Amino acid sequence: MNTHLFLDSAVGNGGRTQRRVIVCAGTGCVANGAYQIIKAFNEQIAAAGISITTEFKTEPSSHDLRLNKSGCQGFCQMGPLVTILPDEILYNKVKVKDVEEIVRETLVGGKVVDRLLYVDPATRRHCRGINDIPFYQQQQRHVLKECGVLDPDSIEEYVHHGGYDGAKKAILTMSPEEVVQEILKSGLRGRGGGGFPTGRKWEAARTQPSAKKYVICNADEGDPGAFMNRSVMEGNPHSVLEGLMIAARAIGADETLIYVRTEYPLAVARMKRAVEEAQKLGFLGENAFGSGMPLNCEVMEGAGAFVCGEETAMIASIEGQRGMPRPKPPFPAQSGLWGKPTVINNVETLAHAVRVINQGWETFRKLGSKASPGTKTFALTGHVANTGLIEVPFGTTLREVVLNIGGGITDRRGKVKADAFKAVQIGGPSGGCLTQAHLDLPLDYDSLRSVGAMVGSGGLVAMNEKTCMVSIARFFMDFTQRESCGKCVLCREGTRQLLSLLDDIIEGRATSGTLDLMEKLAVAVQKGSLCGLGKTAPNPVLSTLRYFRHEYDEHVLHKHCATGQCKALAKPHIDPAKCKGCMVCGKKCPVGAITGDRKQAHTIDQTKCIVCGACADACKLEAVVGV
Amino acid sequence: MRSKSDPECNGRKFVKIFTILEKYERNPSRLVPILQAVQEEYRYLPREVLTYVATALNISPARVFGVATFYSHFATEPRGKHVIRLCNGTACHVKDSIPILEVIRKRLKLEGKKITTDDMMFTVETVACLGACGLAPVVVVNEDVHGEMTPANGLELVEAIIAQELS
Amino acid sequence: MSAIAAPPTLSIDGIAVPINGERNLLELIRKTDIDLPTFCYHSDLSVYGACRLCIVDIAGRGIQGACSTAPEPGLVVRTQTEEIREIRKISVELLLANHERECTTCSKSASCQLQDVARRLGINKVRFKAVHEPAEVDRSSPSVTRDPNKCVLCGDCVRFCSEIQGIGAIDFAHRGHDVAVLPAFGNGLGEGECINCGQCAAVCPTGALTPRQEIDEVWKALVDPTKTVVAQIAPAVRIALGELFGMQPGESTRGQMVAALKRLGFKYVYDTAFAADLTVIEESNEFLARKSKAGKLPLFTSCCPAWVKFAEQYFPELLPNLSTCKSPQQMLGALVKELLPQELGVAKKNLVMVSIMPCTAKKFEAKRPEFAHEGVAEVDHVLTTQELARMIEEAGLRFMKLQPESFDMPMGFKTGAGVIFGNSGGVSEAVLRYASEKVTGRKLTNPDIHAVRGEDGLRIVEVPVGDITLKLGIVHGLKNARTLAEKARHGNCDLDIIEVMACPGGCIGGAGQPVSRNPDIRKLRTRGLYDVDKNMELHKSQENHFVTECYQRHLGEIGGRNAHRLLHTHYQNRRRIAGESIELGDGDSAEKLCVNVCTGTTCFLKGSQHILHELLDQVEQEQLHEKVSIHASFCFEQCSHGPTVSVDGKNVPSCTPEAAKNAILQAISEKVP
Ligand SMILES: Cc1cc2nc3c(=O)[nH]c(=O)nc-3n(C[C@H](O)[C@H](O)[C@H](O)COP(=O)(O)O)c2cc1C
Ligand code: SF4
Ligand code: SF4
Ligand code: SF4
Ligand code: SF4
Ligand code: SF4
Ligand code: SF4
Ligand code: SF4
Ligand code: SF4
Ligand code: FES
Ligand code: FES
Ligand code: FES
Ligand code: FES
Repeated sequence: MNTHLFLDSAVGNGGRTQRRVIVCAGTGCVANGAYQIIKAFNEQIAAAGISITTEFKTEPSSHDLRLNKSGCQGFCQMGPLVTILPDEILYNKVKVKDVEEIVRETLVGGKVVDRLLYVDPATRRHCRGINDIPFYQQQQRHVLKECGVLDPDSIEEYVHHGGYDGAKKAILTMSPEEVVQEILKSGLRGRGGGGFPTGRKWEAARTQPSAKKYVICNADEGDPGAFMNRSVMEGNPHSVLEGLMIAARAIGADETLIYVRTEYPLAVARMKRAVEEAQKLGFLGENAFGSGMPLNCEVMEGAGAFVCGEETAMIASIEGQRGMPRPKPPFPAQSGLWGKPTVINNVETLAHAVRVINQGWETFRKLGSKASPGTKTFALTGHVANTGLIEVPFGTTLREVVLNIGGGITDRRGKVKADAFKAVQIGGPSGGCLTQAHLDLPLDYDSLRSVGAMVGSGGLVAMNEKTCMVSIARFFMDFTQRESCGKCVLCREGTRQLLSLLDDIIEGRATSGTLDLMEKLAVAVQKGSLCGLGKTAPNPVLSTLRYFRHEYDEHVLHKHCATGQCKALAKPHIDPAKCKGCMVCGKKCPVGAITGDRKQAHTIDQTKCIVCGACADACKLEAVVGV
Repeated sequence: MRSKSDPECNGRKFVKIFTILEKYERNPSRLVPILQAVQEEYRYLPREVLTYVATALNISPARVFGVATFYSHFATEPRGKHVIRLCNGTACHVKDSIPILEVIRKRLKLEGKKITTDDMMFTVETVACLGACGLAPVVVVNEDVHGEMTPANGLELVEAIIAQELS
Repeated sequence: MSAIAAPPTLSIDGIAVPINGERNLLELIRKTDIDLPTFCYHSDLSVYGACRLCIVDIAGRGIQGACSTAPEPGLVVRTQTEEIREIRKISVELLLANHERECTTCSKSASCQLQDVARRLGINKVRFKAVHEPAEVDRSSPSVTRDPNKCVLCGDCVRFCSEIQGIGAIDFAHRGHDVAVLPAFGNGLGEGECINCGQCAAVCPTGALTPRQEIDEVWKALVDPTKTVVAQIAPAVRIALGELFGMQPGESTRGQMVAALKRLGFKYVYDTAFAADLTVIEESNEFLARKSKAGKLPLFTSCCPAWVKFAEQYFPELLPNLSTCKSPQQMLGALVKELLPQELGVAKKNLVMVSIMPCTAKKFEAKRPEFAHEGVAEVDHVLTTQELARMIEEAGLRFMKLQPESFDMPMGFKTGAGVIFGNSGGVSEAVLRYASEKVTGRKLTNPDIHAVRGEDGLRIVEVPVGDITLKLGIVHGLKNARTLAEKARHGNCDLDIIEVMACPGGCIGGAGQPVSRNPDIRKLRTRGLYDVDKNMELHKSQENHFVTECYQRHLGEIGGRNAHRLLHTHYQNRRRIAGESIELGDGDSAEKLCVNVCTGTTCFLKGSQHILHELLDQVEQEQLHEKVSIHASFCFEQCSHGPTVSVDGKNVPSCTPEAAKNAILQAISEKVP
């Protein structure tokens, strides 16, 4: 499937093959110097006397070499990434000084620079292209398919690859009912967290008798640790815009808006450019696609508030207010922006809608499970060998995702370790944790809900055995209590008190009643809060309590944190059985708390130790425990 | 601090406010983008300017203040010349972002709730996820993203700026 | 088959309840005599849904706020379940954890809803610790004290101030548990746009916003042997004071009230309604003069100080339309301070005038500098109805048992016209009772003018007076006032008189009145005042022979010089930024030539930003930084001659860049000898 894509994009109309150098210019690769790489390529290619173009041409000349940037390819950790087509070579961690060699060896000489290839850590095998790399091999990239190939700033290239066919089809040849029917049959569910059937939402808005309606693309992606929407917007902004157009057609809206979080400057720029280009080509404007109907789109930046991802808060924010949610019903589909029927969809939902319209609902349903059709992107981060952005069909198991695609769990030194797995937090601050016992759980809306977690936006954070689950619960609670809009009592005060109770536990002040009180409070906040933020904020606490109760008990009853992460409870000591007396730790200890003779087991003086952890980091034999 | 003693506040910036207000047609529902644009000029939102915006939009200053203090992107206090934003999103957090923050704050002698140095050279703040989680932990200095940071690297970044400012 | 279909029903705690157009489940539930606790619901305000006390369990939907759920046929609602009880309790405990719990010393104690709910829910232990830093109490306003440590963030105050008063002097600021209700920039309430109506305090369920108290100062004067303390009482006080002593709202307590004041040590007790009669005469004549001489119309009434400040802030261009009459409180104060010293032989400074008002804005009004002459205020202290009740309680008086006494003459004498001032529409009715006789020369047999009475916040009525028809606007709630003022500003308002009262229902709904959760309270008080009028012998101000005598002996001609000195006032522009300007240079402008460029809307449209640009360029090019400082400021009230630039205090109307430059150069050359 991926092979096909490459040929697809590298072959021009005449079947002639144009050579392309694609430099990933997503946020991650840019951070690693992608722009300098592009500059170096320009210079080196010119120096090598090859004619070069950065423009997309529908009739490419086979002599030309095209250099373009792409959006995030999902493997940022290995960036900057350089792809060479049609050779299907992927170079990773490319440095400016490597560019000359790539030009000389590959572009001129047609040879692969072996040392720049990805090396599979498990097999030490050098992988030539993405079809060789296990991280990619086990994915099924659809929404992300074009990310990393197309030039996100070129509407021509998008159009050339069938872009906007779906929107054209919906607007020019389908009635709103037909569009909604198609989506309904596809079973597409919202990717923004709730998993609400998109078709039903559209139908509710479509049947509202109002001349004015709006569609908003929710690109606020506030889950800390998730960046799927960012990557789609940076890599394939037109697919988002196209989805928005289809939604507008479905409900009869003429105004659309994309609400992007301000922490994503590149995504904002790419989306704005996409809108401008679409206006220039008449896809947007007073006579969209020549349909005679107006269709406009505006990009608005958020201003840093997680809660604005919630629909009614987002509407308030767009209306120039504090982003405070209001009670639902009425739902936005009934009364939304400016009191008009409004559909709010996630970036990825819209991108999937394009595929449904283009390929038909049957094709869409071929992947995924019955109740959760299609694919889903996840941001796989934390203690895994391969962090990055992935896309798999719903129903893929956690094991496949974390151990296979993710390449396994890493220990505190970053080495893959078979037994390092502790938990996976899915769905960010509203989600829950999954344990070893859930490794074979299929990832989809319903099975996750059944175990107290949720798909959420798709953040997947893997954690190794050195992670303290109480601290993790505290981390999320700290986040939500800060991001609470402060409107309703249970969330505003409740999350703050949950944080305070967690602090008590972590700092050794908890008593036997603490856990019980915390659980009661968590349930009250979950049941009684006004909006989704408060209703889901206790999830991390409740799910860690459910699966790691013993860890809590240990903190509360024994004032002990086995991972040593809770500094107030940590009592670092040296395991005499493991210590070889190398004396390294003693040199690192800033307060001279470690004593011991060469080749003798060392000891830590608890009265001096400030629990900094330096000794544990220093000890190669992992003889220092409890910090 | 009032804009009066802020050397950065000059007539040019103020005149820009007109353009901003005009661009958004003095429409109170565009308050968020207006404040964003104003902050781009001033780097923070001075009181006088907020009062001015409220008056021009015909809404109450209390409401403008309410909106300005709701969103974390808006600063109602002046910020340092260099803004260091440390990501403490989930991915960065589990990869030990906090020790980086601690060393940087310690180096810049920032204690308690203080986030800006006395010489107005640095502002250090945490943010939740910059969307570069694959490179966790991430630090952004002004506009530049730095991935896979360690406390030592973080300190280096700060030292480099200090050295550059001194030279 | 019955002719009228029975209304659809839903089930509340197992009982089928008909739906009759109730706006939300809460209303419906309350109709079934279940008093669900609430903080954030107020029937006059938009639904907010924040306190989560009104939660109910709806089959199939789970836990929902009753205040924000529309009644739908067939719903199965339960108001009490184990789960709901637990959530409610936890909610209240969460609030109490950070609450400054000092009920014994809290002025809201007797009417505090938080205390009430905590008691009703049987909360006898707070399981959570305080996590908030205590905040400072804001005492900057003469009318309202703000104690953030008692706020439950229900937002009632915020919504009242913006939805009913159209001001937005306070709003939510910050986020999460840092959220607070604050005036702009966290300033004090007394420093901003607040017009002192106190209605935020009236709707506040807790002691976070309370009317400012002056009881101590009054006690001090009462026990000071050198002081002679006299009181005046506003009409609306008498029909509400009794509520605090177990009487029905609207029942008049005049006699006991006077007796109580005497027992407290007030030497004389006068009736503000006497001054209201004076107001009627002065204001009617002012109106008739304007009407016949094509003066500024509509004429806005000026007896509500909250409205006056509102007009000064937002409609300075309409200030000439405001009646120049002082409020009755200030009229009476001025008269007392003018006449009594001589009559009683006490020094002016030893005469203390205390007024008892339903109102918090009157506290502010009494402190306005124009109402003090040579350091002596016309009114020294203003007590609210609530404060008077508290003094009575403190003195241990058995209010209901007091032998009724009468007001002191002559300024205790009034007609019904002066009394109905306390109702919205009352001023209009009183003026009509006067004007119609004056215009027609015929006696008005039935003084009741029902056309101007009513509950709506904005009423337009036409009343025939002799050959002409007068068109009146009657509003309460300043948002409604804004609507009419906006029209008047644009010159498309054909009304003759606009009566404005800030408080719902007029002064009977003032913020100094007893706090009540009885939804019918306003109606009962309004009726109470009309009943007082009905039971009186005289109903028209012109029939008040003490007023007539007062003119003869002291004031001279109606609207004449002396009357003007004592009974009329003037207003000041309080526009938001006027006077405050934004320094655009490098600061330190003490010695420099000060140039202000108006950037108000009108001047902006006329190109003031272009002038600003040019001037900034000039300063830069000619290196004038040392000599000139450029400021941007808001509207100079010279809009019709804009763009306006002021150079060293002198306005250059219809300014051009050249004119401004010339003016600057000239001013510089004049400055440098
Ligand atoms: C606190 C909170 C934050 C949310 N953040 C997001 C977000 O960042 N992106 C998103 O698409 N949906 C977010 N949602 C979900 C949206 O409210 C909404 O359900 C979604 O945008 C609907 O789109 P979908 O049907 O396409 O999923 C959030 C919900 C809550 C309660
Ligand atoms: S649940 Fe939290 S975020 Fe949602 S409305 Fe309540 S306070 Fe605001
Ligand atoms: S934790 Fe730190 S202070 Fe304690 S023994 Fe180890 S190095 Fe020394
Ligand atoms: S570094 Fe490890 S092995 Fe070496 S002395 Fe310390 S504890 Fe023992
Ligand atoms: S506000 Fe209410 S609960 Fe709080 S101290 Fe006052 S009376 Fe007590
Ligand atoms: S109710 Fe109890 S706590 Fe309150 S004053 Fe009386 S005795 Fe004291
Ligand atoms: S007193 Fe009136 S104007 Fe002032 S804040 Fe309260 S409601 Fe608003
Ligand atoms: S001050 Fe009173 S009315 Fe206002 S939010 Fe607080 S508790 Fe509610
Ligand atoms: S309406 Fe009456 S009580 Fe209310 S502010 Fe005006 S004068 Fe005072
Ligand atoms: S930014 Fe290049 S792979 Fe993510
Ligand atoms: S969590 Fe740090 S960049 Fe996403
Ligand atoms: S009254 Fe319903 S939530 Fe407050
Ligand atoms: S806008 Fe009124 S004088 Fe300038």
